[in-house]
Amino acid sequence: MKHWYMLTVVGRDRPGIVAHLSAALYDGGCNLGEASMIRLGGNFTIMLMVEFDGNKSALTHMVEPVAESLGLHLHVDRIEAKLHQHLEPDVRITVYGADRAGIVAHITGALAEAGLHILDMDTSVAGTEAKPIYIMQIEGHAAEGVEALQSALDAVAEQGVEAQLETIDTMIG
Amino acid sequence: MAVLEILTYPDERLKQASRPVENFDDELRAFLTDLEETMRAGPGGVGIAAPQVGRFERIVLVDCSVTRKSVPNHGFMVLINPEITEWEGMKVGREGCMSVPDYTGNVIRAERIKFTAFDGSGERHEYECEGFEARAVQHECDHLDGMLFLDRLVSRRNDLFRRKVYQKK
Repeated sequence: MKHWYMLTVVGRDRPGIVAHLSAALYDGGCNLGEASMIRLGGNFTIMLMVEFDGNKSALTHMVEPVAESLGLHLHVDRIEAKLHQHLEPDVRITVYGADRAGIVAHITGALAEAGLHILDMDTSVAGTEAKPIYIMQIEGHAAEGVEALQSALDAVAEQGVEAQLETIDTMIG
Repeated sequence: MAVLEILTYPDERLKQASRPVENFDDELRAFLTDLEETMRAGPGGVGIAAPQVGRFERIVLVDCSVTRKSVPNHGFMVLINPEITEWEGMKVGREGCMSVPDYTGNVIRAERIKFTAFDGSGERHEYECEGFEARAVQHECDHLDGMLFLDRLVSRRNDLFRRKVYQKK
């Protein structure tokens, strides 16, 4: 019986991580689903849907050697999942400003209250060590309409960050 | 009148170029009716190209008068043997396709285009359009050359500065 698992893999970044890991999974009879993989702060991070005909410990035993050889931490969760479950975002929000504690909590708190369902979010700290800037990009669904989000964003933007909201008008052809 | 079957990728036929229409006859016009019905049957579809239903001729329909948020548009356009002659500006926007279910992606298109096309009676017209409608025309014309929006994807990340509006409201 095949099940979906979520593999979480984290470790110091180096070239070849994805190639080695996916080869081990392929050789072990796994099917890969959707994934998010990105370098964060010098670490490489992977969240990967894996379909596998076996239990969690069998999958862990299979992946562990390659993870260890690459110096990666591995975590496996059995998940209830299906492919073809995409929700389409209808709004994109970008926020940036001088980095300080609380930007994410304040902005996402206000947006959640105004009906934002975050579907995709990534953030970076750029600039320099002396003057870091925080950059946040969110795509989501405006459950209570775009106007509600815009007023929430206008209110938090008064606290010294630049915030922009634009609708995503997907062209289906 | 009939809703035609939409080819979906990985059907290789979507990757082939289509030939120009030569005969502007009743058979063509009957096909245009079916093609329009097929376009309107798809959820949210504002355009369709003949190769999407397995007819490999240079025929495109676009109708951006029906979008959720209204955009500048020319209403329902029948574009046969369309030729885009001028491109101006660039903009990233989200696209999906009836031939690529369950996926949308960011694509860079010209903001304003000029093009010529023949209508169902064989009469030649010149058009200028912009924004969402220009995006739809470019997306559909790509189908005539075997191109999908998947061939033009740009990163979902890091388009913050590329999209920046240079005028503060």
